[in-house]
Amino acid sequence: MPESHPNFEVPSQLEAEIDEVITHYPEKRSASLMVLHALQDHFGFLSKEAIEWAAQKLELQPINLYELVTFYPMFHEEPVGTYILKICRTLSCAVNGAHRLHHHVCERLGLDPNSHASQTTPDGRITVEYAECLASCGTAPVMMCNAAFYENVSNEKADDVIEECGNNGDTETENKEDV
Amino acid sequence: MAQEYRLILQHADEPGYTNDIECYLRHGGYEGLKKALALEPKTLEDGSVKSGPEQIRDEVRTSGVRGRGGAGFPAARKWGFINHNSGKPIYLICNADESEPGTFKDRQIIYKDPHQMLEGTIIACYANNVHLAYIYIRGEFHEGAEILNRAIREAKEKNFIGKNIQGSGYDLELYLHRGAGAYICGEETGLLESLEGKRPYPRIKPPYFPAAYGLYMCPTIVNNVETLCCLKHVMLMGGAEYAKLGTPNNTGTRIVCVSGTVKRPGYYEVEVGKVTIRELIHDFAGGLPEGRSLQAVIPGGSSAKVFRAGEKFQIKKKAGDGQETVEMDLEDLPYDFDTVVEAGSMSGSGAVMVLDDSVDMIEAIANIAEFYAHESCGQCTPCREGSLWLKKALQRLAHGRGRKEDADYILRIADNIPNGRTICAFGEATAWPVQSTVRKFREVFEARGAEDEARRARETEGAGGVGKEMDVAASSQP
Amino acid sequence: MTNVTAERQEKSAVETVSVWIDGQAYDVPKTMPHPVSGEQVGTTMIQACHMHGIDVPYYCYHPKLPVAGNCRMCLVEFGTPALGPDRQPLYNEDGSPQIRKSPRPVIACATPISPGMAIYTQTPEAKQMRESVLEFLLINHPLDCPICDQAGECKLQEYAVDYGKADSRFVEQKVHKPKQVDLGPRIMLDDERCILCSRCIRFTRDIAGDDALGFADRGSYSILTNYPGKPFDNNYTLNTADICPVGALTSKDFRFQMRVWFLKETKSVCTSCGTGCNIMIGSRNDRIYRYTPRENDAVNSCWMCDYGRLNYKWINREDRLREVQQRRDGAPAKTNWSVALKEVAERIESSPSGSIGVVASARLTNEELYLVRRLVQDKDAITDSVPRMGEADHLLVDADKNPNTNGAHATGIAAKKVGADIATIADRIRQGKIKTLLVFGEDVTKHGIEADLLKELDTLVVSDILPNATTERADYLLPGCAHAEKRGTFTNAKGRVQKFMKAIEGPGDARPEWEFLHELVQRKTHDGGSANLPALFNEMAEQVPAFHGLSWGELKDTGAQASL
Ligand SMILES: Cc1cc2nc3c(=O)[nH]c(=O)nc-3n(C[C@H](O)[C@H](O)[C@H](O)COP(=O)(O)O)c2cc1C
Ligand code: SF4
Ligand code: SF4
Ligand code: SF4
Ligand code: FES
Ligand code: FES
Repeated sequence: MPESHPNFEVPSQLEAEIDEVITHYPEKRSASLMVLHALQDHFGFLSKEAIEWAAQKLELQPINLYELVTFYPMFHEEPVGTYILKICRTLSCAVNGAHRLHHHVCERLGLDPNSHASQTTPDGRITVEYAECLASCGTAPVMMCNAAFYENVSNEKADDVIEECGNNGDTETENKEDV
Repeated sequence: MAQEYRLILQHADEPGYTNDIECYLRHGGYEGLKKALALEPKTLEDGSVKSGPEQIRDEVRTSGVRGRGGAGFPAARKWGFINHNSGKPIYLICNADESEPGTFKDRQIIYKDPHQMLEGTIIACYANNVHLAYIYIRGEFHEGAEILNRAIREAKEKNFIGKNIQGSGYDLELYLHRGAGAYICGEETGLLESLEGKRPYPRIKPPYFPAAYGLYMCPTIVNNVETLCCLKHVMLMGGAEYAKLGTPNNTGTRIVCVSGTVKRPGYYEVEVGKVTIRELIHDFAGGLPEGRSLQAVIPGGSSAKVFRAGEKFQIKKKAGDGQETVEMDLEDLPYDFDTVVEAGSMSGSGAVMVLDDSVDMIEAIANIAEFYAHESCGQCTPCREGSLWLKKALQRLAHGRGRKEDADYILRIADNIPNGRTICAFGEATAWPVQSTVRKFREVFEARGAEDEARRARETEGAGGVGKEMDVAASSQP
Repeated sequence: MTNVTAERQEKSAVETVSVWIDGQAYDVPKTMPHPVSGEQVGTTMIQACHMHGIDVPYYCYHPKLPVAGNCRMCLVEFGTPALGPDRQPLYNEDGSPQIRKSPRPVIACATPISPGMAIYTQTPEAKQMRESVLEFLLINHPLDCPICDQAGECKLQEYAVDYGKADSRFVEQKVHKPKQVDLGPRIMLDDERCILCSRCIRFTRDIAGDDALGFADRGSYSILTNYPGKPFDNNYTLNTADICPVGALTSKDFRFQMRVWFLKETKSVCTSCGTGCNIMIGSRNDRIYRYTPRENDAVNSCWMCDYGRLNYKWINREDRLREVQQRRDGAPAKTNWSVALKEVAERIESSPSGSIGVVASARLTNEELYLVRRLVQDKDAITDSVPRMGEADHLLVDADKNPNTNGAHATGIAAKKVGADIATIADRIRQGKIKTLLVFGEDVTKHGIEADLLKELDTLVVSDILPNATTERADYLLPGCAHAEKRGTFTNAKGRVQKFMKAIEGPGDARPEWEFLHELVQRKTHDGGSANLPALFNEMAEQVPAFHGLSWGELKDTGAQASL
């Protein structure tokens, strides 16, 4: 059930961006994913208000978008951590230490290392979850922190990433490829 | 020692090579497209006229390029299904969803040489009279999306996309569309539904073959990133010259991704069929860690049937005018489309996953089953229910709760999923790795089940005969 | 040209092709109309099989919905004619065509037939595929049958018996999902029972035009849902409970009321508007428990509106009129039918010409209106019905809320626009010209003849079902029957004459109006005509031009067109 977002308001710049992206498609409905991305990037999650706003924008029923929000793991119906750590758990990463990495990250953040489910630190800062193959199996194990991508992640490297999340205030990490 | 043959990745890893258009142009970028656009209509002996686009389609047919996305279907044949006289627009989608476990080749192209992919896409669009095309990129490629958006902007500025491209009179709009974390969006009809803003439920075929009823029910072509990149080289080299690369019916180069328990995992572009699995593992990927021996190879992404080390295959080979059958060891198999199929699996997305003897095959297959259970779209019964059942059964076995009959139990589940029982090939992808692993490593499964039962029996005795209820492995996914 | 002959001609225009089903050759039309667009589209294997009575089990397929192809229950094997190198068909020694069997099965619900195609529904492989689909559907299904409303109408239960294997091998933990979800004002959902066939989604989106349902989450965890906080509420929601193949969607009205196998099913029609949707009345011990739609492509396909479906409770009401009454010394007193009918007949007979007015409801049957007309036809009586106009919708609901306005026209009860003469009747009562008023099934005090005016009459004869201001003032009160309590026909807004059968007995002394009307006519004219309903209908068909050529027998279950 999507959480409510009081005082939800789409700033005009975001709306202009969304209006532009809708022009990419002969049928408005096609813009659904792009509009949801834009709203989530801005608000951090897709609230009831956001879904209904987008539905109106796209001339859809809210159920049409709710079907998508609940299907795609990248969309969140309720607020999640400011930083989302996604650790790949699929085979090539698994045989190269993905579980070790997950265990380490969870322990360090005081989360349950044995849980496979998405978990958020009590301060709401960091969410840790497993992800399926992130298409970088040659540099396993890999993980993401919001949009940033990290390869060959040792425990020390994971510590650095977590450290950075702690120091960065509430702003999102910039897109940063770790090479 | 086998060598790479870098055609698509010729520049990608060169020091100083950047992903902006200026750098691309300095390296001969967009010459393939210019050549394509410059083709004049040709009058044939019988008086009929071949348009430029038709000539490109002929070149692609001559080149023999086969799809790099998974099925290995000849690109020209796929294009041949398009009806150019339906009165409906024709759409093209570049499939950049790259989600098949083990595969990370499209990522290299997108991040390091995005303009090559655009050039290939534009050529394909021109060849097929497409005026609106999309790139469907997986949601997790955040930076990839930014790189591609910038590349599209640059290409527009330089009039490689847009109206009257390079003065040819040809118009094309190209947009980027982002997914949001679903493997099934790589399946072409799931992709189309996703692009239409619906749940990515693959479509039933018949009647919804993309070539006839694709995006918005119009004729549509879906090609993989790497397939489209090949076209630039087909244009530049000519189809016949391109076809000299690789081996007959398996032409050109392929970017093979090697991962798993190898010393130097990575992507290696090779001529198709010119290197063996042994060479991929040992020459390119540096072999197995010290003291380890090969246990299994998954030759085409996790959807492919598993090979067991030491397996022997009867492979048909051309001999003079006829054919002969030769016995080949797994590691001697040339890595091409046809041989891997003949050996009972597939080269799929070109992802070779290597497992040494330290890996527990039951855990490995449980890991793969978890992937499919998580990614099944849930539309059709056998896949939706079967994929989760398999995951639960395999995890139970992997977590020490096995039973003697589990090998048969698991096989019977897996056997009821594939071979046309499901809407899309995800059903096969779910079943094949399980079926092949259980059948080829049967004794491992049986021994584990027996062991677990014996241990439970001992525990029961130890607890004074009070039976402990079997606590079956719970799903780990919410 | 009537619709029927047009339909026939269109059908004969469609080419037929020959296919083999389980080794036998059958002719089938090459195309059939699409359930939603009506466009001719390729006939599917399942249509070919079903039209020849060959069973192919299915869940997600529904003849009136677009195909989804998701349940996979209808998987069959098939083959196509084998061709030689010259592309000519090859034949077996016995002259039958050689078939090249496909290595892959197909779903019969979505695969179009082609000439010479062979369909195999009974091979061991086909049976095994069904068994396995059933097993997959059952592994996460709750063991709810003893408490499930669908029991007895559940296709999962039914097929599990017909096609399944008893032993489930499943030893893992089941997936748990929401139960007792309040989907909307009239529908409850149990997600654990849902087999995700999408019939309900397709119905409400493609037929009802309210895109209100969808699937949330994915894989085996998928659930059917409305948008949270937006109740599933349109005038057709209850159809989803009918088409849900399992007990996932249930009618709140019917939940836990009665096990379906105890219900008697009677063919009837809905009386809540001029469409006359065909229905089944589910009853037990003279009590109605539900209406469900009954298929009639010329009228309602297999749907009906929620309003009409739930508009049956008045029939079970406690305050139904049960006594024949006669006013004595200003107060109603109980009497019996023979006394009342004798006196009423005499009053009518002795009334001078022009002194009788009649208001007969357009909720009466054709036969009843015909008899009313006969009863007063030599008396220069003014007759009319009461109009009941409301809103129409895009699907079934007609603006006319009377079920038999065309019957009132055809029988001459409402010669002009319905209700046009009521003011004249009122005027003539006021002028003292009309002294006897016969009212059938209407509260005239609400429709232009005020209660005070009724005092001016010498005789007020009223027949009705429920008490109202007119029945209170009756000199003779004749308790009548609801449609569920009698047989008869209505002529719907499109002129289709449809019959309905008796489901339950009327309460107390109540009698079907046609019965006592027949008796009145008999007493008055000494030639009552036919004393049973089929004969009465046939007599009416001869007498009333609009019904010429029709007969009770030929109305069958789905009716026939009147020539209005
Ligand atoms: C479950 C499933 C997932 C797939 N994922 C991808 C993918 O991520 N990328 C891709 O290019 N093709 C993928 N494919 C293959 C596509 O359906 C399609 O065949 C391909 O994009 C065609 O391109 P090609 O002919 O150039 O190979 C997938 C297929 C299936 C059945
Ligand atoms: S096979 Fe699986 S992924 Fe494909 S449509 Fe069916 S449920 Fe969805
Ligand atoms: S609720 Fe019933 S009709 Fe709707 S999808 Fe589920 S099983 Fe099908
Ligand atoms: S549309 Fe009219 S006839 Fe049909 S069910 Fe509704 S009220 Fe009854
Ligand atoms: S398995 Fe982790 S990136 Fe592919
Ligand atoms: S009835 Fe054909 S797939 Fe469901």
